[in-house]
Amino acid sequence: MAEHPQGQPPAITREEVAHLAHLARIDLTDGELDQLAPQLAGILEAVASVSKVAADDIPPMSHAVPLTNVFRPDELRPGLTAEEALACAPEAEEQRFKVPRILGEEA
Amino acid sequence: MATDLIRMTAADLAELLALGKATSVEITQAHLDRIAAVDDDVHAFLHVDADGALQAARESDARRAAGEAASALDGVPIAVKDVLATRGLPTTCGSRILQGWVPPYDATVVARLRAAGLPILGKTNMDEFAMGSSTEHSAFGPSRNPWDLERIPGGSGGGSSAAVAAYEAPLAIGTDTGGSIRQPAAVTGTIGVKPTYGGVSRYGLVALASSLDQAGPCTRSLLDAAMLHEVIGGHDPLDSTSIDQALPALVEATHEGSLRGVRVGVVRELGGEGYQAGVRARFDDSVALMVEAGAEVVEVSCPHFEYGLGAYYLILPSEASSNLAKFDAMRYGLRVLPDGIEAPSAEQVMTATREMGFGAEVKRRIILGTYALSSGYYDAYYGQAQKVRTLISRDFASAFEQVDVLVSPTAPTTAFKIGEKLDDPIAMYLNDIATIPANLAGVPGVSVPNGLADEDGLPSGLQILAPATADDRLYRVGAAVESLLDASWGGPLLAKAPALGGQA
Amino acid sequence: MSTTQTLMSYDEAMAAFDPVLGLEVHVELNTVSKMFCGCSTTFGAEPNTQVCPVCLGLPGALPALNGDAVRAAIRIGLALNCSIADWCRFARKNYFYPDMPKNFQTSQYDEPIAFDGWTEVTVLDEEGDGDVYRIGIERAHMEEDTGKSLHVGGSTGRIHGADYSLLDYNRAGVPLIEIVTKPVEGTGARAPEVARAYVGHLREMLLALGVSDVRMEQGSLRCDVNLSLRPDPSAPLGTRSETKNVNSLRSVERAVRFEVSRQAALLSAGEKVVQETRHWHEDTGETTSGRSKEQAEDYRYFPEPDLVPIAPSREWVEELRSALPEPPAVRRGRLQEEWGFSDLEMRDTVGAGALTLVEQTVAAGSSPQAARKWWLSELARRANERGVELVDLPVSPEQVAQVQQLVDDRRVNDKLARQVLDGVLAGEGSPEQVVADRGLEVVSDDSALGAAVDRAIEANPEVAEKIRGGKQAAAGALIGAVMKEMRGQADAGRVRELILEKLS
Repeated sequence: MAEHPQGQPPAITREEVAHLAHLARIDLTDGELDQLAPQLAGILEAVASVSKVAADDIPPMSHAVPLTNVFRPDELRPGLTAEEALACAPEAEEQRFKVPRILGEEA
Repeated sequence: MATDLIRMTAADLAELLALGKATSVEITQAHLDRIAAVDDDVHAFLHVDADGALQAARESDARRAAGEAASALDGVPIAVKDVLATRGLPTTCGSRILQGWVPPYDATVVARLRAAGLPILGKTNMDEFAMGSSTEHSAFGPSRNPWDLERIPGGSGGGSSAAVAAYEAPLAIGTDTGGSIRQPAAVTGTIGVKPTYGGVSRYGLVALASSLDQAGPCTRSLLDAAMLHEVIGGHDPLDSTSIDQALPALVEATHEGSLRGVRVGVVRELGGEGYQAGVRARFDDSVALMVEAGAEVVEVSCPHFEYGLGAYYLILPSEASSNLAKFDAMRYGLRVLPDGIEAPSAEQVMTATREMGFGAEVKRRIILGTYALSSGYYDAYYGQAQKVRTLISRDFASAFEQVDVLVSPTAPTTAFKIGEKLDDPIAMYLNDIATIPANLAGVPGVSVPNGLADEDGLPSGLQILAPATADDRLYRVGAAVESLLDASWGGPLLAKAPALGGQA
Repeated sequence: MSTTQTLMSYDEAMAAFDPVLGLEVHVELNTVSKMFCGCSTTFGAEPNTQVCPVCLGLPGALPALNGDAVRAAIRIGLALNCSIADWCRFARKNYFYPDMPKNFQTSQYDEPIAFDGWTEVTVLDEEGDGDVYRIGIERAHMEEDTGKSLHVGGSTGRIHGADYSLLDYNRAGVPLIEIVTKPVEGTGARAPEVARAYVGHLREMLLALGVSDVRMEQGSLRCDVNLSLRPDPSAPLGTRSETKNVNSLRSVERAVRFEVSRQAALLSAGEKVVQETRHWHEDTGETTSGRSKEQAEDYRYFPEPDLVPIAPSREWVEELRSALPEPPAVRRGRLQEEWGFSDLEMRDTVGAGALTLVEQTVAAGSSPQAARKWWLSELARRANERGVELVDLPVSPEQVAQVQQLVDDRRVNDKLARQVLDGVLAGEGSPEQVVADRGLEVVSDDSALGAAVDRAIEANPEVAEKIRGGKQAAAGALIGAVMKEMRGQADAGRVRELILEKLS
């Protein structure tokens, strides 16, 4: 995806939305694609001010509380039985989750 | 008698139980009856577990009879927002994609409620995956405001607040990511607390925005909220982001009473234009009340708060787009086979399921979040938004050097009509404008009902914010304000709400 | 090998091109529990019996980091001469695949825990001389393993043509360390051997660290091989392919060899090498095309909000560094010096897999040369006969030392000692026991020996005369006679002494 030019409001196209929908594995209808592009463009414009306000020397904050080094001891803890794990499976076979044929490759 | 029971606060019910003047079964049944009477109108609940609640009530009564109460709130029933995993009870998060999912485990908050002996009445309605400010985005229909059934009860936790406001439960658990406990509290005339981030375990809280979500109490009094907060709060080794520090004494703080000498900061950026006149008026009254009671009130400026909405609506969709990827029809939840394809692949089933299973707002935010994180855009959007959080945190930090607490109106408007803001996502997002900064910085906040707006007679809320980990300060100041306000009204504000369901 | 792919002979390819290697090795740690939850990591359990809400990716579950995995990661980094990060985080790698329950992998992106290191591998040439290659280590980082899929239907059990797949999540969440080399240049035609030696060296190192059982056939060590060709070492890097599913040391070597041949054929024909992932096929000895990497998936990395940063203190890192086991090459050098072995003797010892055995035998009291002699000749022969490794013989280093002690004490001679060993190998007990039971001790009683010597002298008067005359070499015949009478149970040296005494 190309970078958008400096200073211009993001014009998010229908094609870009379709690509994003593929990345997010949502089979959007044509109607939704038509609707989403301008809606998202509007939201992005509303939030655009965010990209200008913070100088380079401001560190990003991903946690409200500055914790570090939270470790768990290497010990066993009871988990679920296979029955519990598979209880809500849409389909199961041989104590495994049954899923339709996978087309893609493992990463 | 039953009617009286449902009007009582949790603290009063707890006292009755302790004195043996009522049983948990009586109390729980009274609330189940109330739910049966009014919930067709209010639609606070997605699932009511009468059997489970009464069973827990019986066990509570047995404990009390043996002199072994599990906690002060043992036997007081509670409703739980449907975003928390409850073992054996359906958990939908207000979404079709989780319709029928019954978790095999309890969220830590739920486990603590059970261990403390609170019977769980059921699961409350919410905007789908907590995305919304009105509960209109629930896949199962909106909840309605007990003050006016044509109006929204707030969101995303509208169900919990409506249940409490409608006397269907004395207590409820909500979750707050951008105001989803506080804003519903404000528009329903009840109390809602967002604890310090990390103060209450998120294990079992279906994640929306991991760095912003917190579970908290929805109640009709600050004392009730403090009692509930003490049950659910505290470190959890299953949640790596939970604070490893003892909770301050919250119940004790509610008894401390005085506002004399408390330094209060009115946030310039959270008020003024964009806030409904009646809401502003009640806020000004609240401030005057505090001054009269001896508080030192000053105006403070938090200049970066105006970027909060933008940062929030970048961070939340980004984290949510990743958190919601697990809903793919492979292991649980909805599975939709696409039309017209004979042997669909896993990928086709995933995309068809997510298309059918997610509502419009959820899809909108997932796409937005995917965009904000995608290569080439990360720095400009998500990366920058995380920097704005730092700036907002610094604004709070410097404000709290000058004052003990900050105040603002909780929400810019009173409850709007169902359907009024549905077509304009941005208008909907603006409901969170005053509550969002606290989530971005992780500081705790409470909404206390502070009166009815003149133009529509609907409740508004006063938001009080305190520094991170100073949750006790919220309760101390909040309870003092609550006392003054209740005294001015001759009782709780909620008593002015119109009767529901023909029952007084 | 039948293949439809065009290949150039390896020698021709190497004459025309310069190869550059890249190796990515995934190591499954042998911690008791998984990376982010307390489920067991034991291999081979019934499907979906080692799972919990966390590793199943159930809604609401949160990760909790295994401290021992962090410790292992740091030790691996230190053993590879890496810098250890002062501060680093986990990141989410977002993509959809059914073996990954959250549809993101919790990994590390631009902040690996260890980076910028090196290691040296030795590759023996045809003369048995060792060439040392220094391999740069780009990074070693922590991540979690995925579940396992069984593809059902279709003809090969592979993913193509399968009707459906069955998922087992026991392996999901097992701690993985990914070790990535910098581009490995300057190997020339030795590239396959260098690649193999590197992986073998990593195995040895990881075993010595005790962090993994590194069993490639069980998948606890997995290797992806990257290869590109360029016309000569000064040219820029060519397009590389990545070959996965390389499950043994031999496969590593063969895969490199094949890719060289394949890519050389393409480039020589004026075609381009496609940047892609390929699969190694053990049965056919070739790689085939998998997913094209030209359209690299956008993983939308962002810091994992459910985990907090890891900031290993410098004290902790130094503590771990000081407790590292000796690097294999250093150990070999030290032992060679301690034992006074020649290079050839050392190489033979290592080559026979007897290094630790000799070390342990020396520790039990034997001289190094004696230990080497036993293990590399007698015992090696026995091992060959039985078709086992030395380490699998039913005799311990301590026992070998005991046998040598018997020889040193002149209680047995070499021939008898071999019989003692036979007894031990046959399970008859300790060396002492075998000696006693079989009566293998030499006669050390001088009077008995003396009587036998007298008898031999008497029976061989001419030989005795020669000896009296000064021809001591003739004693051999008399020694033989005595030994025969004593059924070999005499110390030949003592017999000789007695003969010379009596005939002087």
